[in-house]
Amino acid sequence: MDTPAPYLHWYFILISVPNLVLIVVMLAVFALALVAPFPGHGDSGAKRKR
Amino acid sequence: MSAAQSSLPRDDENGGWTGAVRRAVVRRLPPDELLPTHQPSYVRSWTYLFGVITIAALIWLLVSGTILALRGPQWWHHSTSGKFVNSLHYWGVQIFFVFMVLHLWAMFWGAAWRHGRGLTWVIGSIIFFVSIPAAFTGYISQQNFDGQWIAVNAKDALNASGVGRIFNPLNFGQAYGIHVALLPIALVLLVAMHIVMVRVKGVVRPLGAPPLSTDAEASQ
Repeated sequence: MDTPAPYLHWYFILISVPNLVLIVVMLAVFALALVAPFPGHGDSGAKRKR
Repeated sequence: MSAAQSSLPRDDENGGWTGAVRRAVVRRLPPDELLPTHQPSYVRSWTYLFGVITIAALIWLLVSGTILALRGPQWWHHSTSGKFVNSLHYWGVQIFFVFMVLHLWAMFWGAAWRHGRGLTWVIGSIIFFVSIPAAFTGYISQQNFDGQWIAVNAKDALNASGVGRIFNPLNFGQAYGIHVALLPIALVLLVAMHIVMVRVKGVVRPLGAPPLSTDAEASQ
């Protein structure tokens, strides 16, 4: 905890590894939330207007 | 019914400004819409949980922050239970920001400002921008070398931007007061407004989905 985090430096991009890992995890969670099936089944009651 | 009673204005038609306010509130937010038991089928998605998790994190931040404020820096730095609650507060902030940003992504790519929800989007954006100084003042209120380091470096940036005229991060009392009083009150009020706006307009339907017969926008 008391040591500086390693950094990645690529041209003008400078980011710490923990921040990069967090961003990747957030993107993964977002993608999973879009495609993962939600528990339960059936329509919850609201009728669609045709 | 006597003549005097029949000459009184009917409560649902008049009642002065209090009656008008009540009718306006009930018209815009019917009681059965405030805490609905049914939601449209498209709400059954993990993406709609991001906002709820953010609110849960905010509640936890208020609870843990209240405990920290009552016990003080000596407790949160030197006792086992204090360090534990301090860590809960710190990680609560991480959860709050991660899921607020995920909620922002979901609402942005779903164009959640459609069909009269512009104000809801704007209030959400304000919440995001108010949360940043809330977290910042928390970091510099830690009462350790980390907080001192952040405050000393931030001082130069804030002075360069002109904000230093009204806010000095090295002034612990100012930063602490802002962190434990002003910004939490502002955030709670803004989040309450945000939730009420969501309930008034309903959850936005996905792009391309047909309107619902029960949706408020379908009756407009």
